Amino acid sequence: MQTLTQRLANPTRFMEFSGRLLPWISAAAALLIACGLYLGFSAPPDYQQGETVRIMYIHVPSAWLAMAIYSVIAISSFGLLVFRHPLADVSAKAAVPLGAAFTLLALVTGSLWGRPMWGTYWVWDARLTSVLILFFLYLGLMALRASLEDETLASKLTAILALVGIVMLPIIKFSVDFANTLHQPSSVLRVGGPTIEASLLTPLLLTAAGFTLLFSAMHLKAMRNEILRRRVKALQLAEVERAHTAQLAAAE
Amino acid sequence: MTAFFALLKRDLLLAVRQGGALGTALGFYMLVVTLLPLGLGADMNLLSRIAPGVLWIALLLAALLSLGRIFSSDYEDGTLDILATGTLPMELVVTSKSLAHWLSTGIPLALMAPILGLLLNLDLDAYPVLVATMLLGTPAVSFIGAVGAALTLRTYRGGLLIALLVLPLYVPTLIFGMAAVNGLLGVSGTSSALLILGALSLASVVLCPLAAAAALRLQMQ
Repeated sequence: MQTLTQRLANPTRFMEFSGRLLPWISAAAALLIACGLYLGFSAPPDYQQGETVRIMYIHVPSAWLAMAIYSVIAISSFGLLVFRHPLADVSAKAAVPLGAAFTLLALVTGSLWGRPMWGTYWVWDARLTSVLILFFLYLGLMALRASLEDETLASKLTAILALVGIVMLPIIKFSVDFANTLHQPSSVLRVGGPTIEASLLTPLLLTAAGFTLLFSAMHLKAMRNEILRRRVKALQLAEVERAHTAQLAAAE
Repeated sequence: MTAFFALLKRDLLLAVRQGGALGTALGFYMLVVTLLPLGLGADMNLLSRIAPGVLWIALLLAALLSLGRIFSSDYEDGTLDILATGTLPMELVVTSKSLAHWLSTGIPLALMAPILGLLLNLDLDAYPVLVATMLLGTPAVSFIGAVGAALTLRTYRGGLLIALLVLPLYVPTLIFGMAAVNGLLGVSGTSSALLILGALSLASVVLCPLAAAAALRLQMQ
């Protein structure tokens, strides 16, 4: 009895499966984000923060994804190095730019939100600093992969770096928390229930779910593109090989 | 173990006799510290306040410059291939080479810091703690750096890439190093920060060779 991950190790089966799944995920993501944003913008403004609180519906899901995507990369890297799953590398490679994009989005929206609330675009607060360092880790993963020509080697070295990163991240977080914190503490997932008013929380949860599905859709699409790119490359190499043999045969 | 110490001795001898590497790192360290007051203005109070941070950051940059040498020259002349086929496990090869880097670069840089501290009007009470944090923290710098050096062994422009990969990982070392120094200057918790710094170094001595050896093995095939 094969598990789902084992069955999907066959790229053809994966292409078929993901091709059927993709429209549904995309539609669900669009629906959830649309509902969440509509509810978010029709809700009354916050009594303290006014209209700026609506930045939250982009900022919080992006920040959640910034961390979640790194764990997707780390799990994929583990899958590549330990189980040699053929799709693990495709998944890790596809997720890195998406993770960097969502991290940047979280930083930019946070900065724009911070200006009216804290009176400054940037503070060296613990959470901001650790998200910024997370962004640098994403950049490092992309740069290392880009600087190696041998794709198999690049995948494995990037996977090692991703695993080093996942070990270091909690330590970096812990060290950065040493500084005093200006950012508010967790207010959704906490003991004793959320502290956010329901009219603000519902759209937030909707956009968070929507963004997660959006990432899943983009991730699947990027993985499909990567598989197709590899097939095209393999076909081109085979073509060159055939032309070369034909040339040799003609020369004789 | 004989092989381990023989390798360590060889690397240390090379570091001393081949010259260049240590001198360059120390010269770079001095230059960065010299340029800073020129850029910031010679306000002695300001310099005294930022001196520990400047010394730590300049030390990280100077160590970073010398990281590439841990494996690259041995990779180019084939020594690393011999070591890979030898009886000594790759993890111990990495440990030995990182240890040699610490002894030949980390410690001299840490000992250089108090002299440069004079130029920056560093508070005299801060000297012992500053050197202690550097001696405790530089093993982490060398061992984490070895992972970066191993990962970028076959890349183009390895020097710039290694900075991008390794500097984010130096954040905890820098923060706890600074926390220990600032603790003396009034906040709190010098000894706990020193203990955490020691823990960081010990953990990286144990864990980093695993990652670096895995990276080297992939590139030796």
